[in-house]
Amino acid sequence: MKIDLFVTCLNDALFPKTGQATVALLERLGHEVRFNAAQTCCGQMHLNTGYRADALGLVRKFVRDFRDAEVIVLPSGSCAAMLRELAPDAAHWEGDETLRSEVQALSGRIFELSEFLVRKLGVEDVGAAYPHRVTYHPTCHAMRSLRVGDAPLRLLRHVRGLTLLELPHADECCGFGGTFSVKNPDVSTAMLADKARHILETGAEACTAGDNSCLMHIGGGLHRLRSGARTVHLAEILASTPERVWA
Amino acid sequence: MSGLHPEQSFPQAAKAEVNNPQLRANLRKVTTTIREKRLKAVGELPHWEELRVLGAATKDEALANLSDRLLELESSVRARGGHVHWARDAAEARELVAQIARGHGVTELIKVKSITSDEIELNAALDAHGIHAIETDLAELIVQLSRDTPSHILVPAIHRNRAEIQALFNRELGDPEHLSDEPAVLAGAARRYLRQKFLTTRMAVSGANFAVADTGTVCVVESEGNGRMCLTLPEVLVSVMGIEKVLATWEDVSVFMELLPRSSTAERMNPYTSFWSGVTPGDGPQEFHLILLDNGRTDVLADEVGRQTLRCIRCSACLNVCPVYERAGGHAYGSVYPGPIGAVLTPQLLHMQDKNANTLPGASSLCGACFDACPVRIDIPQVLIYLRGEVNAGKGTTLESVAMGAMRYAMSEGWRFEGAVKLARTGQGPLVHDGQITALPGLLGGWTQSRDLNPFPPQSFREWWKKREPGGES
Repeated sequence: MKIDLFVTCLNDALFPKTGQATVALLERLGHEVRFNAAQTCCGQMHLNTGYRADALGLVRKFVRDFRDAEVIVLPSGSCAAMLRELAPDAAHWEGDETLRSEVQALSGRIFELSEFLVRKLGVEDVGAAYPHRVTYHPTCHAMRSLRVGDAPLRLLRHVRGLTLLELPHADECCGFGGTFSVKNPDVSTAMLADKARHILETGAEACTAGDNSCLMHIGGGLHRLRSGARTVHLAEILASTPERVWA
Repeated sequence: MSGLHPEQSFPQAAKAEVNNPQLRANLRKVTTTIREKRLKAVGELPHWEELRVLGAATKDEALANLSDRLLELESSVRARGGHVHWARDAAEARELVAQIARGHGVTELIKVKSITSDEIELNAALDAHGIHAIETDLAELIVQLSRDTPSHILVPAIHRNRAEIQALFNRELGDPEHLSDEPAVLAGAARRYLRQKFLTTRMAVSGANFAVADTGTVCVVESEGNGRMCLTLPEVLVSVMGIEKVLATWEDVSVFMELLPRSSTAERMNPYTSFWSGVTPGDGPQEFHLILLDNGRTDVLADEVGRQTLRCIRCSACLNVCPVYERAGGHAYGSVYPGPIGAVLTPQLLHMQDKNANTLPGASSLCGACFDACPVRIDIPQVLIYLRGEVNAGKGTTLESVAMGAMRYAMSEGWRFEGAVKLARTGQGPLVHDGQITALPGLLGGWTQSRDLNPFPPQSFREWWKKREPGGES
């Protein structure tokens, strides 16, 4: 299958390894990965912070860049949720019905990585090996907007050598919320403290998730605590093999 | 805090609350328990999702025809011997209640737990007229006696523990014996105090959970039975009702009798549901007044996105699942409507004109738990995002809007974004210590309050891709 990678701005700039792992994984599964270098950002940060016109400018750009894609895969649940669930509403609020229908026309081709593998490709064993104790945090947008369900867990259960530890209160938000973490630092910090405590209670070496934004927040908190536990994107675990460890 | 108007911005108010470990422990315990109970109660109904859809559609239908429904309600109530009054705002509603009380020469009245009456700050207004309003719901009584304000829609004294209530009752209820901290003993003291009030007070004020347009019936749903005492014993009953509470028919109520108790108290059915239609000679209050309160609701209704907020049946399920409410507590919202629903309702009722209330749409990580819990499917995260846009639209140019515009510009072309990332990578040098950023300047300083940050790595994804692809530029 010809797969267009929308790597997302955060991954591009701060977590390139996640994008590289996604490419390695999809190619290992026999697909052709394309990267349109014109791409930038889904506009989520602008929309969620209340800058609708800026956000829609970026959504328009996304539509232009990916209009001809067969499938678009994102290693980010929140950006996929932005494009599939929020962008059409926002276009409607601004009275741009053309953009609304354009982005809606693309939405059936937009997939978060884990749902693409499990739901679209029907693959649960991607041939990965990662001999570590890992706990999984289901990020809010993947869980509640995209309803990816247990797709990430199904993938993790097939990873050789991986010990999957159940995260207590897993479905509670980590407290990131984009600019929420900067505008309401005290509440965000209190939420993070609970999430970090629950992760450390599992005794995991690493916490994984499908979104580097949440992981940047959780990982930043774990690092500040000098806890020793780290964060790793799901794509990097799934790309790992005995020959090449990504995470 | 009083009524709708927050005295501080949410981040300011939350800062004080979040650092109270006792409050956080109390809230964590109560909300965790009620969350689990609600899931169990909801799980018993295989058709819960269809019920939610039906609940939303029933409210939407009533709201779409609101003026007709209200006029119908008015004539049905009048036909059954009740009086109907219209109040544009809180001041008009307060004045109407005071007038009725003065007309009957009462100096004391009893109240059924009513958040709408708190919204219009009724008790304080009546005090100014020399009329003392006595709360009869146990938790509202605790809040009133301690000169506090409610912090939860359903459990107004959620932030108080048993020892505090023991001290309060010993002081305020003038009980001859010293009360222990046993819940039954404390409830007994409240019962003795309230019973005497029920039997001697001539006027009562209630809110309304629902009103039925075609029969002129008003409904109050409660747990303790205090409400029923207020609704049946006094001579005069005044009900203050937000105009969004009207339903078309009696059958419509049945949907909410399934949705409301399971969502709010995690019960299959609440203990007391009272319905009354006008007056019945020789039985119950002989004079009934219904005050229909707008107080900003018409404006909310006029907004295509915001209007779904008016579906709210005040069950408080969204508060109990909200991670922000759980940490910050109800008082941080500065309004009688706390939690996720308050974050969307309060600023809208204030016409998006109140600076502090306008920080409430920002009081959410947009995790979506509130939408999943809402029995009438109010897409609270969607409304929050929409209202953030409305707030910014009223602000003009700010430091934040300039920063956002600059980022949008940088992201308007792939090559421009690449250049911006390179620039940031060069510029971050002084901030990086031992491979981490531990302190950020300006708007971003909130981040490093509790978290470190990975710096920009030496190569971005697109730089890597260019080198990787044989035909790519490099």
